[in-house]
Amino acid sequence: MSPRVVFPNKLLPYLLLAPQVAITLVFFYWPASQALYQSVLREDPFGLNSAFVGLANFRRVLSQPSYIDSVQTTAIFSVATALLAMVVALLLAVMVDKIIKGRGFYRTLMIWPYAVAPAIAGMLWLFMFNPTMGTFAYMLRSAGYSWDPLLNGPQAMTLVIAAAAWKQISYNFLFFVAGLQAIPKTLIEAAAIDGAGETKRFWTIIFPLLAPTTFFLLVINTTYAFFDTFGIIHAVTGGGPGKATETLVYKVYNDGFVNLNFGDSAAQSVILMVIVIALTAFQFRYVERKVHYG
Amino acid sequence: MAEVARGASMAAALGRREEGGMLGVSRASRYTAHAILIVGILIVAFPIYYTFVASTHSLQTILRPPLPLVPGGRFWENYTTALFGGIGRIGGVDVGTLLFNTTVVALAIAVGKIVISILSAFAIVFFRFPFRMFFFWMIFVTLMLPVEVRILPTYKVMVDLGLIDTYTGLTLPLMASATATLLFRQFFLTIPGELVEAARVDGAGPWRFFKDILLPLSKTNIAALFVILFIYGWTQYLWPLLVTNRNDMNTIVIALRKMISFADADTQWHLVMVTCVLAILPPILVVVLMQRWFVKGLVETEK
Repeated sequence: MSPRVVFPNKLLPYLLLAPQVAITLVFFYWPASQALYQSVLREDPFGLNSAFVGLANFRRVLSQPSYIDSVQTTAIFSVATALLAMVVALLLAVMVDKIIKGRGFYRTLMIWPYAVAPAIAGMLWLFMFNPTMGTFAYMLRSAGYSWDPLLNGPQAMTLVIAAAAWKQISYNFLFFVAGLQAIPKTLIEAAAIDGAGETKRFWTIIFPLLAPTTFFLLVINTTYAFFDTFGIIHAVTGGGPGKATETLVYKVYNDGFVNLNFGDSAAQSVILMVIVIALTAFQFRYVERKVHYG
Repeated sequence: MAEVARGASMAAALGRREEGGMLGVSRASRYTAHAILIVGILIVAFPIYYTFVASTHSLQTILRPPLPLVPGGRFWENYTTALFGGIGRIGGVDVGTLLFNTTVVALAIAVGKIVISILSAFAIVFFRFPFRMFFFWMIFVTLMLPVEVRILPTYKVMVDLGLIDTYTGLTLPLMASATATLLFRQFFLTIPGELVEAARVDGAGPWRFFKDILLPLSKTNIAALFVILFIYGWTQYLWPLLVTNRNDMNTIVIALRKMISFADADTQWHLVMVTCVLAILPPILVVVLMQRWFVKGLVETEK
């Protein structure tokens, strides 16, 4: 940072920082430190007694089959959601880049899902696909396919992935469109003059040059699938049927808030914190690199 | 002659330039592009459209699939019942109250966050004081502590402070976040030092500088951030789920979740659909009407 011209006040900057620092301390640092503290304690459900147990909570959580299952569920859910949302968005962005008329019209309609809460996105899809009165469920059944996401685990998973990916298409679309616009047209024209067809140009020029955007979106979409989709799971499946759609965040909520197992829930919180820290560090390293690439 | 021939074959290879299209994209592939986009729009917009259709039919029609593709005739009845009549499953609270709560929450979070962040970014960029970088990192690290990873202890803090079922509890904890502060900091760093110097030479204090120079320069950033944060506030789920018990303090998203039950035959689906539409409409209007700032803000700030 270059030496800047600054104001000489001594007290004022602290006053300006005070609101944010106060909220941060009370609602971020204090609870996070409590989570760390609780994660090494064993407490009975009524909070009457607690004892220091070291890393026992972590060891127990990590050896639970249900936790391993949840890790697996989260991995499948996140990868599928990120891939689906990105592939569809990339396809649509590339198409919009080709056309001349109607770009604004398509973009306006494409950004709607961004404004829809994840939980409501889940409800919209559930409404169309629920076995009681969903129109598409009815059509699937009429076609002879036994469809019941409320009882069938993989089908429930498919439904929440579809809803989660649907909501994220807008976001990815806007970034891919911006990324495509940043590619110098001269490069593409030169390839066209050399006789490269549209498909070849996409794979040899456009796709590699989009890599920074794609990579950035991959991180963002994974974070989204990990943390922002709690509403979808909670509203649509409640982690079920069985535990088929119980992601890590949902499990923290369920174990702590519903089953009142504080030690386990806190240990899971700490594990999630480590994941967020890794994802954030990854993202910032990358953003820094992107600055050099221009 | 040879040059003319080369020119002609080049023009053929490049497609028709005079149409103003991108070079090398044939007309046929442009039509294909439109076709794919229309299918894409159908997938993206259909769930929202279909919910609107459902909200204009009677409960009996909804319960007998397949649902028609065009709106029915119960628009006024359904909407007035939901907005003013009160809905049984959520304790007789009407959707008007829910919309009011959600608007308060979304506006308070958006405005509060912008005010708090712009002040702290101002302090960090335009002043030098002991522990400046310590505070910067302290704010930065909150990026890594989303509510989702500290559910229970945060709930305990809320109970201890008596903030359950209050607007303060719904909004205050969500006002502090690193993203907005980082964004303003980044923008402030691009403001030339000469501007500060000139202001100081003219005898302007920090407050004057903030009000007359910094705020006007930040207008576009503030507008963009407002849209993003309004949506953020409106679509909150986990937080209002934790800190509200009373039905009349719910946000519309949480109330919707409570209205739906598949185990129970008396879910009033037509009212659920109306509530869905009303929960989606305000943020969509904000995004579409403020599209220019929203897209700029989103893509340039990278969230």
